[in-house]
Amino acid sequence: MKFGIVVFPGTWSDGDCHHATSTVLSQQAEFVWHGDRDISRFDAIILPGGFSYGDYLRCGAIARFSPIMESIIRFAERGGQVIGICNGFQILCEAGLLPGALMRNDHMEFRCSWINLRVEQPDSQFSHLTKKGQILHMPISHGEGNYQADPETIATLERTGRVLFRYCDERGGITREANPNGSANSIAGIVNERGNVLGMMPHPERACEALLGGEDGNVIFRSMFTPWRQPADVSQRK
Amino acid sequence: MKSPRQFLDILSFDPPVLTRPLFDPRTHPVPVTKQILDEIALSRAEYEAIVERLGREPKPLELGLFGALWSEHCGYKHTKPLLRLLPSKSPRLLVAPGAENAGVVDIGDGIAIVMKIESHNHPSAVEPHQGAATGVGGIVRDIFAMGARPIALLNSLRFGPPDEPRNRFLLHGVVGGISSYGNCIGVPDVGGEISFDRSYSGNPLVNAMCVGLIERDHSSGSTQGGTGPRIISARAKSPGDILLLVGADTGRDGIHGASGLASRAFGEQAEMRSAVQVGNPFLEKVLIEACLAAVKLPGVVGMQDLGAAGMTSACIEMAERSKMGLRLDVAKVPRREEGMTPYEVMLSESQERMVLAVTPGYEGPVIELFKKWDLDATAIGEFFTGTNVRIYDGPELLIETPIHILTEAPQYTFDAPKPKWLSDLQAFDPASVSLPEQTPAGILLGLLASPNIASKRSVFRTYDHQVQNNTVVVPGGDAAVLRLKGTGKGIALKVDCNGRLCFLDPSAGTAIAVAEACRNVSVTGAEPVALTDGLNFGNPERPDVQYQLTQSIKGMAEAANALGVPIISGNASLYNEARGQAIYPTPMIGALGVLEDVTKHATAGFKHEGDAVLLLGAASPWDSTAGLAGSEFLATFHSKVAGQPKIDLDLEKRVQQACRDAVKAGLVASAHDCSDGGLAVSVAESAIIGGVGVTVDDEVPARWDAALFGESQSRIILSAAPANIAGIREIAARVNVPLTIIGHVGGTRVRFGSSVDITLCEADDAWRNGFDRATSG
Repeated sequence: MKFGIVVFPGTWSDGDCHHATSTVLSQQAEFVWHGDRDISRFDAIILPGGFSYGDYLRCGAIARFSPIMESIIRFAERGGQVIGICNGFQILCEAGLLPGALMRNDHMEFRCSWINLRVEQPDSQFSHLTKKGQILHMPISHGEGNYQADPETIATLERTGRVLFRYCDERGGITREANPNGSANSIAGIVNERGNVLGMMPHPERACEALLGGEDGNVIFRSMFTPWRQPADVSQRK
Repeated sequence: MKSPRQFLDILSFDPPVLTRPLFDPRTHPVPVTKQILDEIALSRAEYEAIVERLGREPKPLELGLFGALWSEHCGYKHTKPLLRLLPSKSPRLLVAPGAENAGVVDIGDGIAIVMKIESHNHPSAVEPHQGAATGVGGIVRDIFAMGARPIALLNSLRFGPPDEPRNRFLLHGVVGGISSYGNCIGVPDVGGEISFDRSYSGNPLVNAMCVGLIERDHSSGSTQGGTGPRIISARAKSPGDILLLVGADTGRDGIHGASGLASRAFGEQAEMRSAVQVGNPFLEKVLIEACLAAVKLPGVVGMQDLGAAGMTSACIEMAERSKMGLRLDVAKVPRREEGMTPYEVMLSESQERMVLAVTPGYEGPVIELFKKWDLDATAIGEFFTGTNVRIYDGPELLIETPIHILTEAPQYTFDAPKPKWLSDLQAFDPASVSLPEQTPAGILLGLLASPNIASKRSVFRTYDHQVQNNTVVVPGGDAAVLRLKGTGKGIALKVDCNGRLCFLDPSAGTAIAVAEACRNVSVTGAEPVALTDGLNFGNPERPDVQYQLTQSIKGMAEAANALGVPIISGNASLYNEARGQAIYPTPMIGALGVLEDVTKHATAGFKHEGDAVLLLGAASPWDSTAGLAGSEFLATFHSKVAGQPKIDLDLEKRVQQACRDAVKAGLVASAHDCSDGGLAVSVAESAIIGGVGVTVDDEVPARWDAALFGESQSRIILSAAPANIAGIREIAARVNVPLTIIGHVGGTRVRFGSSVDITLCEADDAWRNGFDRATSG
């Protein structure tokens, strides 16, 4: 698979995403400048973490006006895989590819630590190599990862199985203490209606080697490039 | 639709408003008044020296340049002769310290490492958030100016007691500034230390350290060959080379930062606020990427950051290094404020700016590259065969001054005697204190919870310590460990200093700081290969401070020589005092170690039930009363800072060697430096970090205070499987280092003889939450 890793001014997980997908997982990966428009050569697009445009105004609010975002919207409309990590998640929300918004962490501080994620939905392009309820150990690193949306949107996400990951404790319990930023329903990652656009605050690219503390993040990238047939019941869930 | 750039313009940053009248060079009287000299921090004698060397009165703009370049911050006038004592030889050195902004060490595999510490104490005392943020920004520019990718940040912070609201305000402001700046630029903050003492009230210390990686240059356009790491020089190559100013526009912020804030005692803090710079970390991140890409272009021959004294020091020192003259036109400098005088342009400390020396004819692609990153790059001058700097404002020649006179600051040497009060303090016998009323367990819990010793997790977790995917050992143990991609190697990093010990004996205390920084690196299994220092002292015009400075640097040299580690860079911050009282002499020491195989490293926490606990470096688990000199215990429970700190550097070297060998041989399960709080605290920390209990079997002697909490140097706590003890014993015997089995890992309690028996939960709670409890208002 060929990953296109988008670089905005201020992006800093671009190198880490490249390392995880190419060095660790032996896929093709290439950086693509935010001013470019042609992304036809890629099978999947990664919007990495960082502080695009310094996150001035609002996280992701300026980046979404970059020329490449128009191409990414069309790419997603045609069913191309897009994963937005951390700041990338924020940009996807600003661009309207995903619903809701990422607000300031409820404790008002930046938080960098390893957290636990519970897989809620293994029937997706991004998680089909996991099992429902499986716990993934992964780092977070953000000041604005508090996922919020209006109650109807949250209810729809839940009802249609679009919440892929939830913050949990080490035994899989969904508790207030295990929620590192105040996200509604402890939501850590969601997909769009079609299931081909994932936004998540945790950094799977940082959990790519045992030496660095764990390799649970690889399962997400692996799911992306491992063939998967969408189960009939999920395709009909709309 | 608006372009991203237009959005940024809408959000453009308001420059800080100046309320304080600046020295106006257009109207200043001749001869110059004392008030003006005070403002630019020159003494009357220094002014007269300038007149004599120039053979005339300096012009107003020249006077500003002298004020900056002869400041302590740029000119090192009180420290340069002393710094020559420091060892700077090593087979690993690719660039000697002094030749460039920092020395560079060879790690092998075509990789080199550069590192440096810088202080931002006075700006942080005035405006803690921006002061600390721009301190991080400044040291990062120092590093990538050499063509190095910044791969790690560390910081070392000192504040007054946290029970005073002002100190908590400073702490939270500084931590917030480091967090917001460091997180945005994508450089992991992998370690540091924070401690509190009354001597830092009103004058906190904010020292930031940055480590950079220089890789082999693979680009075909390289002019410097393709085999070794490509180090970028801070000099032009040939007459005619063009000076490009890149990055932020120049404003009025930070004028007189070097001369005013950094180089003299300051009283009226609020009035100095205009001398604090304002940082824009996003611009810094973009500048890092653009500059590291630019140096790969043909024709880019040199680079230098703009730090203290802005264009003045960057451009003039670049010309001095290049042994060339420099023509500068201030009219070409892009500004963000109207009506700036040439004086203000030359002395502005606006952040996020760099200068590049480019071979004429090659500047087009360089300017294009910066444009891609939405950055300005403007030719503001050129080098020529000559010895003078000529500063123009458009067609008008403002000054022409010999560069060597500007850069050769006077050097002051001193030989101050040891103060009597210090001899009295050192003569104090710690055995003379009576045993405290509290129980040993109560004291252990008290020390674990003290803000100096307790876990700083609540601070570290606000710093991104993982970005770049290299962090193997995260903050919270002894040294941080990073892997070097593509090599199998790793580096260990630590910054350390115990100011209390340096106060009690500047020489021994500084030697201990060097030893501890190296020991922290050695316990991971890494071999210390380079040191950097950040000197923080009081007013060097006072004899007591002169004594401290002299002795401290002698102690540093002695320890670095004994341990065989070169000092590759440094920074001096003097005039640190509040209300006439100097801070403890605090020479922060940053250490770099190399792990040939990064997978073979040790961490601080105990690992397995049933492992033996061993003490390397002492024949008995229990320290003597001499070890209480300058200890955390004496300071906390007897409010006493006294005694004579000591270190045996020969033993220290062997202890570290034995520890590294045991780690490398895979014999130890954990290794932890025994330092602040003594053996009881260090053993308890290993238990807490490992999440498993520990029992130290021997009965604690009558002087349990010294036995448990004495801080004698050169001791390391190891744990190992019983089957490995013989192997460790052999290694220790080979270098003649005492090794004592003191207990075993297991259970859920922390026990020392029959003196201390507490639950791991209690210890964990004290250590994990003590810092928050002490620092939340």
